[in-house]
Amino acid sequence: MKTINEVQDEIIEEFSMFDDWMDKYANLIEMGNELNDIDPKYKVDNYLIKGCQSRVWLYPTFEDGKIHFEGESDAIIVKGLVSLLLKVYEDRTAKEILESELYFIDDIGLTQHLSPTRSNGLLSMVKQMRLYALAYDRKINS
Amino acid sequence: MSFDVQEFRSHFPILDQEIYPKKKLVYFDNAATTQKPKCVAEAVEHYMMKVNGNIHRGTHKMASDATRAYEAVRDQVCSFMNAASREEIIFTKGTTESINLVAWSLGEMCLQTGDEVIVSEMEHHANIVPWQVLCQRKGAILKVIPFDKNGELRLDVFETLLSDKTKVVSVNHASNVLGTINPIEKIIQLAHLNGAYVVIDGAQGIGHCEVDVQKLDCDFYAFSGHKVYGPTGTGVLYGKRELLEQMPPFMTGGEMIETVTFEQTTYNVLPYKFEPGTPNYTDVIGLGAAIGFVLSYGKGKMVAWEEELYQYAISKLSQIDGFRLFGSAENKVGIISFAIEGVHHFDLGTLLDQLGFAVRTGRLCADPIMDHFEVQGVTRAALSPYNTKEEVDSFYSALLRLQQMFV
Ligand SMILES: Cc1ncc(COP(=O)(O)O)c(C=O)c1O
Repeated sequence: MKTINEVQDEIIEEFSMFDDWMDKYANLIEMGNELNDIDPKYKVDNYLIKGCQSRVWLYPTFEDGKIHFEGESDAIIVKGLVSLLLKVYEDRTAKEILESELYFIDDIGLTQHLSPTRSNGLLSMVKQMRLYALAYDRKINS
Repeated sequence: MSFDVQEFRSHFPILDQEIYPKKKLVYFDNAATTQKPKCVAEAVEHYMMKVNGNIHRGTHKMASDATRAYEAVRDQVCSFMNAASREEIIFTKGTTESINLVAWSLGEMCLQTGDEVIVSEMEHHANIVPWQVLCQRKGAILKVIPFDKNGELRLDVFETLLSDKTKVVSVNHASNVLGTINPIEKIIQLAHLNGAYVVIDGAQGIGHCEVDVQKLDCDFYAFSGHKVYGPTGTGVLYGKRELLEQMPPFMTGGEMIETVTFEQTTYNVLPYKFEPGTPNYTDVIGLGAAIGFVLSYGKGKMVAWEEELYQYAISKLSQIDGFRLFGSAENKVGIISFAIEGVHHFDLGTLLDQLGFAVRTGRLCADPIMDHFEVQGVTRAALSPYNTKEEVDSFYSALLRLQQMFV
């Protein structure tokens, strides 16, 4: 399995093929369209990430020391972002997630191109994933 | 003489820029804040560079020049709204503070347990939450005037809500989402017949409607400077003198007092009783320039162009498949809140931004309106007299192009 950083580097390379931001967004939309929807029974407030302009659900399961995430959003660009995060953090140990440094978001320029307000929820998603990892890490080490 | 949009636009250098490489800015977020003409920036700069002195205090020339300039803006606002006297004009930092001031002070003065306050379903949160908090504090009840499918207030329901328990009615002059210009004359009349005070949230009204507070006979009228070409951090609360005199001060401190001992304080006269501390006089001076600017063109001419542009935009946009307009009242300001079927407002806003269009997306600080339509949010293009038909054309083309990206 690739490391978190290897996956990040792949994403950066993929996005560097597009010069135009509209093409980068078209790519995100495509990723969003390809991402499987989560089971509607998990699309409830408990798994909703608050404070974003679009609704984002993130549903974690824990198995064999690894965290498995499913996610969805009603905005397709955000769903594309969810898809990116899942690529990076899917089936990792809590330790891997907690020790990781996410640089791909800055590197592909998303930080400048997505409004820094709460609206896109990217940072809230990352924070929530790390919180799940932290909770799981405490649980297995206690 | 007709309205020359290019000439008008030339006062706003900010509009003439590429916001991303090769993407010309099209600014359609005018209901959030309008851009500032050069004369406003120059007025602020002049006072900062040449005049600045803390008003109402110094014996020196700078302080007295600044005081004179600040108080001259009060006279200007007084005549702009046709208030009966300058003491009725209170400077605040914006509509939000103005409404909080009235809600607190008027509430202290007139509200008892079991009394009622009426707002409408189409209010900005700034005209809901202060009343809600007041009602909680006083054990009073908040009632709501609903709106119909066109986005017009149900005055028939309003009449049934009014009773001798109604102490305050607070509604907006124009809705920041639906664009509806509300029949406030009628609302004021009906409320007064029931002995209730009326507060008008004029945030969206002041730039688009003629405001004559004496003719309207409203008890309070609130607005923000930054939505009529003035600087942020400036706002006005108009209030009838006899009410302001009876109301207790909202905030206390320096300048708003007459005498202070540790046992007791007596308050200064109006309007100073409601302006504690050092006010934002620098920006108020900018607000004066903004009002002068509006008067030099005449609101009527500006609004006529905005109305023409609005009709033009609606005729174009409604050709788009799946275009849904929120708010189709008879009488509207140039606000177009809409959705395109199958496209999320966040996606639309994000991509419009990439193409150079500044629009607002989301819930627009008006959750009850979103709940009414059962939507998570909308996209809003709010027009200003400096916008052009070419900008509307390019917006229309952009929407068509973006729609293709989501099929
Ligand atoms: C109708 C209405 N009321 C109140 C406000 C609040 O104004 P401010 O944020 O300037 O205090 C706004 C601003 O968006 C508004 O549109």
